[in-house]
Amino acid sequence: MANGSTSHYPAAPAAQGIESHTLCVLVDNEPGVLARVIGLFSGRGYNIDSLTVSETEHEKHLSRITIVTRGTPMVIEQIKNQLERLVPIHRVIDMTVSGPAIQRELAMVKVRGKGDDRVEALRLADAFRARVIDAGPESFVFEITGASDKIESFVALMLPIGLVEVSRTGVVAIQRGPEGM
Amino acid sequence: MTTKKAAVSALGREMTGAEMVIEALADQGVEHIFGYPGGAVLPIYDALFQQSNRLQHILVRHEQGAVHAAEGYARSTGKVGCVLVTSGPGATNAVTGLTDALCDSIPIVCITGQVPTHLIGNDAFQECDTVGITRPCTKYNYLVKNIADLPGVLHEAFHVAKSGRPGPVVVDIPKDIQFAKGLYAKPKEIAHKGYQPKLKGDLERIKAAIEMMRHAKRPLFYTGGGIINSGPKASELLRELVKLTGFPITSTLMGLGAFPASDQRWLGMLGMHGTWEANWAMHDCDLMICIGARFDDRITGRLDAFAPHSRKIHVDIDPSSINKNVKVDLPIVGDCTHVLEDMVRLWRAGSGATEKKALADWWQQIEKWRARKSLAYRNTPDLIKPQYAIQRLYELTKRRDVYITTEVGQHQMWAAQFFHFEEPHRWMTSGGLGTMGYGLPAAVGVQLAHPDALVIDIAGEASVQMTMQEMSTAVQYRLPIKIFILNNQYMGMVRQWQELLHGGRYAESYSHSLPDFVKLAEAYHAVGIRCDKPGELDAAIREMIGVKKPVIFDCVVDPDENCFPMIPSGRAHNEMILGDAAESIDEAVTEAGKVMV
Repeated sequence: MANGSTSHYPAAPAAQGIESHTLCVLVDNEPGVLARVIGLFSGRGYNIDSLTVSETEHEKHLSRITIVTRGTPMVIEQIKNQLERLVPIHRVIDMTVSGPAIQRELAMVKVRGKGDDRVEALRLADAFRARVIDAGPESFVFEITGASDKIESFVALMLPIGLVEVSRTGVVAIQRGPEGM
Repeated sequence: MTTKKAAVSALGREMTGAEMVIEALADQGVEHIFGYPGGAVLPIYDALFQQSNRLQHILVRHEQGAVHAAEGYARSTGKVGCVLVTSGPGATNAVTGLTDALCDSIPIVCITGQVPTHLIGNDAFQECDTVGITRPCTKYNYLVKNIADLPGVLHEAFHVAKSGRPGPVVVDIPKDIQFAKGLYAKPKEIAHKGYQPKLKGDLERIKAAIEMMRHAKRPLFYTGGGIINSGPKASELLRELVKLTGFPITSTLMGLGAFPASDQRWLGMLGMHGTWEANWAMHDCDLMICIGARFDDRITGRLDAFAPHSRKIHVDIDPSSINKNVKVDLPIVGDCTHVLEDMVRLWRAGSGATEKKALADWWQQIEKWRARKSLAYRNTPDLIKPQYAIQRLYELTKRRDVYITTEVGQHQMWAAQFFHFEEPHRWMTSGGLGTMGYGLPAAVGVQLAHPDALVIDIAGEASVQMTMQEMSTAVQYRLPIKIFILNNQYMGMVRQWQELLHGGRYAESYSHSLPDFVKLAEAYHAVGIRCDKPGELDAAIREMIGVKKPVIFDCVVDPDENCFPMIPSGRAHNEMILGDAAESIDEAVTEAGKVMV
């Protein structure tokens, strides 16, 4: 493989299994902190599948960032270590390995339709425990929360009925049990 | 308000942001600052002008030179290097130096001026997004938009730059903040909320490491710049541990000097241009004890054939350096000094190595490798060989208080191979980023910190032209640096790769239209010396050492010499080629492989 190469650099490592991990990151809510996190991901070629961020402890000016990322186990470990190295980052918890955790997403789903389509949309919404948060003669907006795959299923079912658009928050996660991060 | 009064009672005293900068630098123990004025830092320069000689400002000729000079200063003293530049082009010119300092973990605080806060984002004159541009090339950076934050930020910048894995920190200060008045506060013990590098290694793991070392049959220490950065104590402890264990030791380019090159246990540098014995020992060892090095691609070569029979212990202060390129068996996060202290203590408490016979065999094998004399070259009577030039330079200066900086390329590798270091902090070279033009300004910084020492920049004729303007700085401040140019009329390392891997097609690697370096030196009011005969070399070097002014020494060497040993690209440590075997690399190279360069 590498024999005969004239590259200045070693050959790329053999492909390993890719895993998806959800990371919760506690950061100082200061200007540029999100740019540092995103810059780390783009600069080092890591993936971001989903990212949410909001200040969660106002008095301490701490924000919580939830990142869903993909990579080989070695890359996932690198991502965690590189994140922890950033000065304004307090803690990094890998929700995928740190014990049972709950992951949820919220989506708002706009569907257009008349007659039977409206009935079908409402029936499915009921089955998925989605709420109607806006209704008009020709449309609904549903609010649905749940794991990402549940939202995917709901959106897929709405598609043939008359899906107009979807707005999603991205994943937020928290560990089960009494302990905090 | 005079600055003298401020010095007497600075606590809670009102002053301008510009005065705070001076006050904070003085409180942080800064004596020298390298910089270049401009519109957005004029208030700070005004405060510098009015202060009472607490800080000496060194006017460079280009901001890149300011950062490299501060790097040389920092690396030769262990202190934080300090830089002051203006907004826009001042900041962007500093970026190469900042990136260099980040790659080599050098503590730098770089203060940049910025346009006034109300103009930020307005495309104002000499505005650039300094914190945006420098975010990926600093350890941390700040934009100070409130005068009340300035003293805390300045002190924190020094703390972040020098603690943990050191690195460059930028503090961007808008011009209105420099004029604004606020209360200055002295530095306190900083307990940063989130940033708390781990210094002490996990004791259980260190015990496990000692156990592994006791039972090792073919052990090897592989050390790096982390030892140097950790401070002189780390080098002392390393020497003690090597002596106690009797294990062989090699080091990266960055770690040279941490262990004395004259010691029998020293195998020389490892890696792409490392010695035969160091690389073979890496390949064949059964226990690798990596301390303060990071398994860089120049070291490992082909990853899937890297030290295939070894278990690996990795000590590093930066957890992200561990398991990045190479999976290790026992990671220990901590500062080299702390971990080495524990290792020495625990080794002493035990009964020593158990595999005495195997260790003796291992040394016997190493001596066989050493007997190949992999650095050997063929000397000629009429042309100066670059290796010979470095050897003579070493022999004629080794009893002096000497510091070496380098540029980047063949001359850098020859310097690493043929100049031998006994002490840390004596060797300043751009390892990670490989910045041509590093050595001359770095020498300026080193000489400033060590006025009576002999400071030599081992240079190439191509590299040195990248920052040649700093000769003017050296002359202005009477810094008698010696620029020892191995002039082979080529970008030598590029030429070597083109010869070995690109069929001798020397695309753009010839140093055309070179200046007359002797006249150039004289134009700078420095001294120029030229030598092209091996027989005259010693006298010329002696003459250079004797001159109490900056010198450019144009050492005309064999243009075709290649740097060996060399691990050919994409190969393992045991596939390295030696000088005499240079032809054999042709067989290893295929046309198909060339597209990968």
